[in-house]
Amino acid sequence: METLMFYILAAITLMSAFFVISLSRPVHNVLFMILTMIGLAGLFALLHAEFIAMVQLIVYAGAVMVLFLFVIMLLNLDDLRLPNQPTPVRWLMGAVIALLVVIMLVPVIRALAPTAAPAAAVGVTNTESLATALFTTYLLPFEIASVLLLAAIIGAVILARHKSPED
Amino acid sequence: MVTLQHYLILSAALFALGVIGVMVRRNLIVVLMSLELMLGGVNLTFVAFSRYLGSIEGQIFVLFVMVVAAAEVAVGLAITVALFREKGTINVNDVNLMKW
Repeated sequence: METLMFYILAAITLMSAFFVISLSRPVHNVLFMILTMIGLAGLFALLHAEFIAMVQLIVYAGAVMVLFLFVIMLLNLDDLRLPNQPTPVRWLMGAVIALLVVIMLVPVIRALAPTAAPAAAVGVTNTESLATALFTTYLLPFEIASVLLLAAIIGAVILARHKSPED
Repeated sequence: MVTLQHYLILSAALFALGVIGVMVRRNLIVVLMSLELMLGGVNLTFVAFSRYLGSIEGQIFVLFVMVVAAAEVAVGLAITVALFREKGTINVNDVNLMKW
């Protein structure tokens, strides 16, 4: 059952990822990216990381992709079809380089002995074990992450505002 | 039985698709989305290792990767908006003022 779910979710994720990089209209790319994020959330849930799966749905599929859609709709980028879509030669070069990247990873993957997953911990939910580690051992990176978000907010507002005439 | 190798090969494939998207496509929005694909593949690697090695640190790192990815997308899209306002295009080949 778990194997079947894994293959279904993997197929959904990979097909959607392929459509993300290959379709020509940006809105279609964003919609398939949302489907990829949902597939990834399903894979996280299959790995007993329920909190990460829900955070993935809320943050990635719910906020980041909607932000992409906002920008595409705001700037009317959907009509802006770029002429001469990437030529097949360019696709081939990209595929060759990506294949090289994957080939570098194959010895690492094969060096690991295939083992089954350890039994899921009972009594401790994923959220609880995450929170215990996040708010004790990793408290400083957590606070720094909020400062990072503040910097990103200020930067995004400054970059995207209209320049007033007296600037 | 789903082993660790299954998840690692899947995330390697996702990462490779993201690399193809970043290098081949010239629409800046699609380049940013392929960047998110690569980060998603890395997240899957971290969570898979966290599960199969029995340690929670992998998922802690995933949380921080998500924070950084969200911040990076916000700033990247603000750059896209500013670029479109100045040059009227989001073709990455046209952003070549610093090219020698």
